[in-house]
Amino acid sequence: MNDLIATQEPSLKRRWGAKMTDIVSSVWDSDIVYSLRNSKVTIVSFIVMAVILILGLGADLFAPTNPFDPTSFSLFDSEIPPVWTDSGDSRFILGTDIQGRDVYSLLLYGVRISLMVGFVSVLLSLVLGVVLGLISGYFGGKVDALIMRIADAMLSFPTIMFALLVSGVARGIFPKEMHGDISVYVIIFSITATGWMQYARTVRGAALLESGKEYVQAARVMGSSSARIMFKHILPNTISPVLVIGTLHIALAVLTEATLSFLGVGMPPNQPSLGTLINEGNQYLFSGQWWVVLFPAMVLVVLALCVNLVGDWIRDVLNPKLR
Amino acid sequence: MVESVVSVENLQIKFDVSVPLLSRLLKRKPKTYVHAVRGVDFSIKKGETFSLVGESGCGKSTVAKLLSGLHKPSDGSVVFKGHDLVSLSRSKLKEVRRGFQMIFQDPYASLNPRWKVADIIGEPIDLFGLADSKQHKQAMVIELLHQVGLSGEDRLKYPHEFSGGQRQRISIARALASKPEFLICDEPTSALDVSVQAQVLNIMSELQEKLGLTYLFISHDMSVVSHFSDRVGIMYLGRLVEVGEVADIFNSPKHPYTKMLMEAIPSMDEINKERTPVSGEVPSPLNPPSGCAFHPRCPNATHACASESPVLRDLGERSVACLNV
Amino acid sequence: MDDKQVILSVKGLCLEFSHRKGAIKALRDISFDMCQGEILGVVGESGAGKSLTGSAIMGLLDDSAAITAGEIVYQGQRIDNLDDASRQALRGKEISAIFQDPLTSLNPVLTIEEQLTETILTHLPLSQSEALEKAIALLEEVGIAQAAERIKQYPHQFSGGMRQRIVIALALCVDPFIVIADEPTTALDVSVQSQVLQLLKRLCKQHGTTVMLVTHDMGVIAEVCDRVAVMYAGEVVEIGKVHDIVKHPQHPYTVGLMDSIPRIGVRKKRLSQISGSMPRLTELPCGCKFHPRCQFKQFGCDTTTPCLKQTTTTAVACLRDISIEEHI
Repeated sequence: MNDLIATQEPSLKRRWGAKMTDIVSSVWDSDIVYSLRNSKVTIVSFIVMAVILILGLGADLFAPTNPFDPTSFSLFDSEIPPVWTDSGDSRFILGTDIQGRDVYSLLLYGVRISLMVGFVSVLLSLVLGVVLGLISGYFGGKVDALIMRIADAMLSFPTIMFALLVSGVARGIFPKEMHGDISVYVIIFSITATGWMQYARTVRGAALLESGKEYVQAARVMGSSSARIMFKHILPNTISPVLVIGTLHIALAVLTEATLSFLGVGMPPNQPSLGTLINEGNQYLFSGQWWVVLFPAMVLVVLALCVNLVGDWIRDVLNPKLR
Repeated sequence: MVESVVSVENLQIKFDVSVPLLSRLLKRKPKTYVHAVRGVDFSIKKGETFSLVGESGCGKSTVAKLLSGLHKPSDGSVVFKGHDLVSLSRSKLKEVRRGFQMIFQDPYASLNPRWKVADIIGEPIDLFGLADSKQHKQAMVIELLHQVGLSGEDRLKYPHEFSGGQRQRISIARALASKPEFLICDEPTSALDVSVQAQVLNIMSELQEKLGLTYLFISHDMSVVSHFSDRVGIMYLGRLVEVGEVADIFNSPKHPYTKMLMEAIPSMDEINKERTPVSGEVPSPLNPPSGCAFHPRCPNATHACASESPVLRDLGERSVACLNV
Repeated sequence: MDDKQVILSVKGLCLEFSHRKGAIKALRDISFDMCQGEILGVVGESGAGKSLTGSAIMGLLDDSAAITAGEIVYQGQRIDNLDDASRQALRGKEISAIFQDPLTSLNPVLTIEEQLTETILTHLPLSQSEALEKAIALLEEVGIAQAAERIKQYPHQFSGGMRQRIVIALALCVDPFIVIADEPTTALDVSVQSQVLQLLKRLCKQHGTTVMLVTHDMGVIAEVCDRVAVMYAGEVVEIGKVHDIVKHPQHPYTVGLMDSIPRIGVRKKRLSQISGSMPRLTELPCGCKFHPRCQFKQFGCDTTTPCLKQTTTTAVACLRDISIEEHI
């Protein structure tokens, strides 16, 4: 018996090893990874995006100070330029702002808030848009007309203007001390309300096409319910363009949030996003503290660019016509 | 007297093809309809194969969709085993639905590309609650795959891993999953290559024999129809023009349109045959000719044909809708 | 075949698609001749490479496809290695094409007149009015009534069969020597198919045009062709006169193909079928590509690739030396 186990074990191990190499090599060989391997720009964008993401999400770990904690900074340290300049301080790599906060820490927390707002609003618009698009495309007729006309109406609002409007209304309704807390919801609501239409339109088109296909007819002949057909049959076949739009939309949402914050209706100074930082830094640009505005702006540009490049790559990979 | 599984009476459907409301109001145009099926009657006996043949636009596929419940008829009735499908309540309809299924034309579009074969075939099993357990369902799926000549292992694959003929077999297995008696086959082999078509047709006739299935077979291919069916109905612009036993229809067609169709079939027995084909094409169903729809192309049309619409008359073994027969 | 002049010959043509997992050999060692004035049918199932052969002759290959061996000789001149410009000139003028879908092979925003006269003027030294005259005469020839008025109309104002007639007129308007017709009647109804086939046959015989008719339908082949090449998985497996191919096929695949076609008036319990399906081009078997499905398979079929051998009737690529009729 022992002999048996002894002889079997290595072969079993070997088989597992072979299986793992098989899986790894099949993933390595798959079309997606192949196309990734062949696109240097995408690899670089991926790495940069991942670094920014990890730094932002792990801001608590990577930031030397917590800029939200008033005890962690002091006005004595204010306006120190980056470390490589003559009057730099080794504690503050990228210098400090007017209140003495570490710009590097601010940046990480800012990235986190920007990305959070971007992801949440994109996720909400995606869900809303996909559901409305599916309903619109599958049922057609009057429902379709209604949803699509609402979408058309929403498309005629610029996001910025809509956010200013919502923000104005919110400021009117809620008491002044709540303004800082509601601003994140205002931003998310504005981006969602002005962003779901492209998902709805795309999914509607795809759903319209898929509904005509015979597998959907087959499901109807079997007596499947409409919800089952929409979500189990049609949705998986319409999701790839949605992912592409979603990725590109994240970059747009981060930029929109930054714009709104820059205009002063976005994140409050005590929860600074990249846009808020740029807004604040902008005021000191002409008094010589260029580092306060430059670094957030650079991170914003690089982040948006990388997300867009990755999004373009996903679009190309998922589009069989371009292969 | 063999009982009829399905009978259809005065089946009609109109499709609204009007331009959108606003432009219609602006241009003061009335609503426009396509009368795709204009009164069709037939009944299919248990265990037989009834074929509907015709050129594109004759409404044969629409009849299939009406029978399967994908379209609601504007008029007429579809009676399946004593239940009128048009007036049946929803819950009752679901129960009756188990008894008939459909096989589609395009093996590439009729299977959901994101589902595994086991899920595709398992769907009707789930919907009608036919399996008691997961193991039971799996056993049923494997059994169904064997029935159509595929292996049980194939259940773990995705549709794109199969060839056209194999996909059509999966489609048949799915249709059989709810143990129906009646299958509506809408051009099931027209997207397949001939050698594969033969495989699928053979499987279909084996299954018919084994399970006592009744088929409604829709096709535009005369040779397939002549091989596969017991009785044939010839359709032209939404109406049946001739119905009869397959041998009668093919050997001695009575209706001029049937004659013309038979004449036009490319023949492998008479190589490089010289023909004088009938002129003209099927008119648009939007604007069908008055009287007998075939009269503008008919070699023996009379004055009456342009005004009087012929009905299907019973001539013993067959029925013909022509004023001059 | 012997008494007529060969106008185009394909010799040992091999065609590959580049793919990152290795080249896909889509056509392998294709050889056949086309004689002046004949209608050569190329028949096969989807994926057999029949349309690709037509495209190779036309010089309309994708960038990913490359001819790796063999040559295409047109009237004594090699054309497969010509540069694009001379190929283009040849393509419109001497070799033209008819495609499957009459809806997409006509430009929807130009009138029939514009499309016909433009093609004529590009290739023939005629004046505008002469070109128009020729165009009208052609339309009348393909059976379009009131051609002088209808030529001013747009493609969508014609029915499917009429459109395919116009496509035929467009292909024949510059008096080409060769017409490649790729599934010209597949999109048409059976009664219209019959009209179009008869028209094509009559016109080509009148003008002495050589036609390569690519189709999957044996009935169409029997209807109009003089000779037939049967293709399977990128190879020509049998070639011969239409009568011999249809009545006395020699290759097991051709035999199977003929038997699997249902015949009118012959009601059999079962159709004879070829088991399995055509292999994907990425997973071709060794030796004879048909051997896994062949019922007459013998020793050596899985290792040796047969070449076309002339028998008393047809040329067959099969290792067996006795005819199938004797075998049965």
